[in-house]
Amino acid sequence: MSATTFSTIPGAAKNEAVAKRLSNSRRRSDAIVKYLCILATGIGLVMLASILFTLLVRGLGGLSLSVFTTMTKPPGSGGGLLNAILGTLIQTAIGTAVGTPIGLMVGTYLAEYGQGSRIANVVRFVSDILLSAPSILIGLFVYQFLVEPVGGFSGVAGSLALAVIVIPIVVRTTEDMLHLIPSTLREAAIGLGAPKWKMITLICYRSAKDGIVTGVLLAVARIAGETAPLLFTSLGNSSALGGMGSPMASLPVAIYQYAGSAFEDWVQLAWVGALLITVGVLTINILARFALRGKR
Amino acid sequence: MQQAVTASEAIPATAPRRSAGDAIFAAIARSSGAFVLLLLGSLIVVLFIGGLKAFVKFGPGFLVSAEWNPVTENFGALVSVFGTLVTAVMALALAVPLAFGIAFFLTELAPDWMRRPVGTAIELLAAVPSIIYGMWGFFVIVPFMGNYIQPPVIDLFDGIPVLEDLFSGPPFGTGIFTAAFVLAVMIIPFIAATMRDVFDTVPQVYKESAYGVGCTRWEVMRSIVLPYTRTSVVGGIMLGLGRALGETMAVTFVIGNSDRITTSLFGSGNTIASIVALEFPESPAGSLKLSSLLALGFILFVISFIVLTISRMMLKPRLKG
Repeated sequence: MSATTFSTIPGAAKNEAVAKRLSNSRRRSDAIVKYLCILATGIGLVMLASILFTLLVRGLGGLSLSVFTTMTKPPGSGGGLLNAILGTLIQTAIGTAVGTPIGLMVGTYLAEYGQGSRIANVVRFVSDILLSAPSILIGLFVYQFLVEPVGGFSGVAGSLALAVIVIPIVVRTTEDMLHLIPSTLREAAIGLGAPKWKMITLICYRSAKDGIVTGVLLAVARIAGETAPLLFTSLGNSSALGGMGSPMASLPVAIYQYAGSAFEDWVQLAWVGALLITVGVLTINILARFALRGKR
Repeated sequence: MQQAVTASEAIPATAPRRSAGDAIFAAIARSSGAFVLLLLGSLIVVLFIGGLKAFVKFGPGFLVSAEWNPVTENFGALVSVFGTLVTAVMALALAVPLAFGIAFFLTELAPDWMRRPVGTAIELLAAVPSIIYGMWGFFVIVPFMGNYIQPPVIDLFDGIPVLEDLFSGPPFGTGIFTAAFVLAVMIIPFIAATMRDVFDTVPQVYKESAYGVGCTRWEVMRSIVLPYTRTSVVGGIMLGLGRALGETMAVTFVIGNSDRITTSLFGSGNTIASIVALEFPESPAGSLKLSSLLALGFILFVISFIVLTISRMMLKPRLKG
């Protein structure tokens, strides 16, 4: 393709009319592609706007204090989303607390211990597979592993399913951020006689802090909106918060159950929940982006 | 050397402590790495063992049987595998041109002040939880399809062989095409972001020399940037495919959920992820149905694994460091 584009130019230059037609057609195709690209970007932005607009229009109307102060109740009795909100906060917090240290250490292993080793390459590969693996499979896995043998859905199982999702996200950002640290910093620490683990914890972690925190924030944003892995693990709870050992409520699962129901007030609550979770998740994302600004 | 060590009092005092701390820290790091391997390994094994009952009962026929009958306890994977592949591939067909346009716009066409806000907005599209896409799809896209897209298209192709079958059936708004559309919107940001990143890896000199001989921006993209980044672009597309294959909530809301293969793009169907999410609550522990669902999960894992592996191999050389 490139060959024809270039080879025709010298020939055309001898004949002005041909050259003009050629350059016009080249300019025209450039302009067409340009407008198509603007159109594509416009479509993308319209989709985002449509989602946000729909959420605001349908969700804002149902937003009231009672949403945050009352538990979910049977249709028609004016319930809120208190238990679902609390359940999501608790499971997200535990999932992050369990997954972050593991992800941090795996990222450290990949960046500081595993350079060039074959096992490290396999670990990196497996972590990337986990990062993109369908989250519903992680739910099935935890169900088989923790729910069926124990004999019941539980908040623990839900939290751990979320932790499995957190790990590869934190691994990715930790490794990337540790790679950005100049090796002179490491050499300076080692040269002063610091043991390697002190070099990593006191020098590397400290200078990669912003990036690592960003990774954790992105992980929080991701798991706070996850539904599929919770369906088979913490199940959801339509009357109370539930506990670590019993089915636990969560916002995404409540949205799933309410949105498909035939009751007006439940559908309304689903929209309120959807608005809350989207605003939360997008806010965390924007914050994380600000923290990372200029880092890449 | 020996003398130097004994001459200093500090080194012998810290040396044992240092090696202990180092050994412990290294052991934690290494075992965390091993833990990740164990995690994926046990995920594969657990899904396989869970599905073993169905694999044994139905044999290889499980893959090619289009039956899904909970009453006679006869289950097959064909309908969901078909739905998964068709929706994902159609979503790609819709998403790739748009994602390319966005990436081209963000790297070459947009004025500087626009790049960051527009790029962030597109990335936010990737952050919206999939359950939100499900609701948006169900309450906004489904009525839109049912009112404005499906009836005229069905009328348009009425009477033309093949196309007539491809676009037939009652215009409910739900169905395979609607699912593919919502999936496309979900994977656009992933593909666009990868494309933008690999386009940025093209050495500036190459592009400048092409502009220098009078190439237009489109010619530079077509003859310089795309050939240079071809493999990675395909890798990014495969990454999007991987996402589309396993998406659950959004698809469950809009695909219509039927157990039959339909020739119409507007007909309903299901995917592996959507049937697992829907049928799981009615599958008691230890039942053949649950085992069949786990077997489906295993098949989904194998498909995603292959797609993601190819994606990684193609992306690896370009996006390193």
